[in-house]
Amino acid sequence: MALTGFSLMLFLIVHATVNGMIFFNDNGETFNFYAHFLSHNWLMRLAEVGLFVGLILHMIQGLMLWAQNNAKRPVKYAVNPGNATSKWYSRSMGLLGSLLLIFLVIHLSHFWIDTKAALYVTGQEENLYLQMKEVFQHLWIVIVYEVGVIALCWHLIHGFSSAFQTMGVNSPKYNPMIKSAGNVYSIIICLAFAMMPLAFFFGWIQ
Amino acid sequence: MEHKEINLKLKVWRQASATSAGAFQTYEANNISTEMSFLEMFDVLNERLINEGKDPIAFDHDCREGICGMCSMHINGRAHGPWDGTTTCQLHMRAFTDGQTITVEPWRAQAFPVLKDLTVDRSALDRIQQAGGYVSVNTGNAQDGNSLPIDKELADASFDAAMCIGCGACVAACKNSSAMLFTSAKVSQYALLPQGQAERKTRVLNMVAQMDKEGFGACTNTGACEAECPKEISISNIARLNREYLNAQLSL
Repeated sequence: MALTGFSLMLFLIVHATVNGMIFFNDNGETFNFYAHFLSHNWLMRLAEVGLFVGLILHMIQGLMLWAQNNAKRPVKYAVNPGNATSKWYSRSMGLLGSLLLIFLVIHLSHFWIDTKAALYVTGQEENLYLQMKEVFQHLWIVIVYEVGVIALCWHLIHGFSSAFQTMGVNSPKYNPMIKSAGNVYSIIICLAFAMMPLAFFFGWIQ
Repeated sequence: MEHKEINLKLKVWRQASATSAGAFQTYEANNISTEMSFLEMFDVLNERLINEGKDPIAFDHDCREGICGMCSMHINGRAHGPWDGTTTCQLHMRAFTDGQTITVEPWRAQAFPVLKDLTVDRSALDRIQQAGGYVSVNTGNAQDGNSLPIDKELADASFDAAMCIGCGACVAACKNSSAMLFTSAKVSQYALLPQGQAERKTRVLNMVAQMDKEGFGACTNTGACEAECPKEISISNIARLNREYLNAQLSL
């Protein structure tokens, strides 16, 4: 979970950075330039395959972990400690991950499928910026994206430091740093993503 | 401290044997001194049950001073009750208020089958220990202590891990019924000392293999074990276990 999680977190940095180009408010010129660069670059195409492998492994590992761990307590407790002994999001990684999976299906159907079709089938250049603008005119889509991003944020806040712990990195000297780096990373990434649908919906960018 | 007497309602898990089905039964525990320990409160209740000709509630206990790790009780959703860093015998009735209902359950885990009422079989932990939690020594005289130089900080970290009393609260508190805190404490205790070096790699592999075989869950780093451990053993030991395991896997 930790290794695949790390690779997915690296991807999110690239994704948020490139998509963040929309905030230049230049009618998507910079953004489309980089989107074009990434989609017409064999190294990036290869990395995309790696990304999907990582993503699928992460999901399979997560589901197996959930199923196996769940079976280890056949008789449940009548009274549970709630948040007294652990954080709710650390216990809800499976639930948050499932929400993310549903979001991801919707997300890929909005942007990824069209982009790939344009790249491999029709061969015409896709204006991704215009497409974003169009998709985010619908209120329900904006709501779905905001829910997805909030789930992502909590998933990352636990996942970041948890991945370090799994890899055996835990020392009193660096623990506070890892924890705050995880919080800063999660909040910056998710804030950037959360702003995108809102910016289009409310017309903050043209 | 102010001394009071309180009346309580107890919801206790009763189960006649490992194979029979269990259920909660409610008892009134009246005139309980706030200076009693939680186990003494059970003694008072059991005394009454015996006098009434009923089957007393079976629960594990031994030293009653917080070092034997026997008193496994899940009290109001918390392993060893609401206080931090204590066992059930160190939990006093002043932690509760007059008229309160207290739910008492046995440790719940596939690897800890209930034997009777609140008593569970924790021999799975013993078998993990037997799989590698020792140092093999040749017979002969013990050598002089000073012949083995040990860094003070490492000795202290090893001692902190060795504080583990094998009570199973980490397993009981974990949503995955994972025994990682227990196993990591036992592995760390030796990995940090010069005496533990000879069997360092085989120890971690064998103990983790036994842990999986016993049917404990996997760690998802929620930290509930650390919060409930009566000896306040840190999950930094779990990170050490992960390091030891990875190192042994890659180099043995």
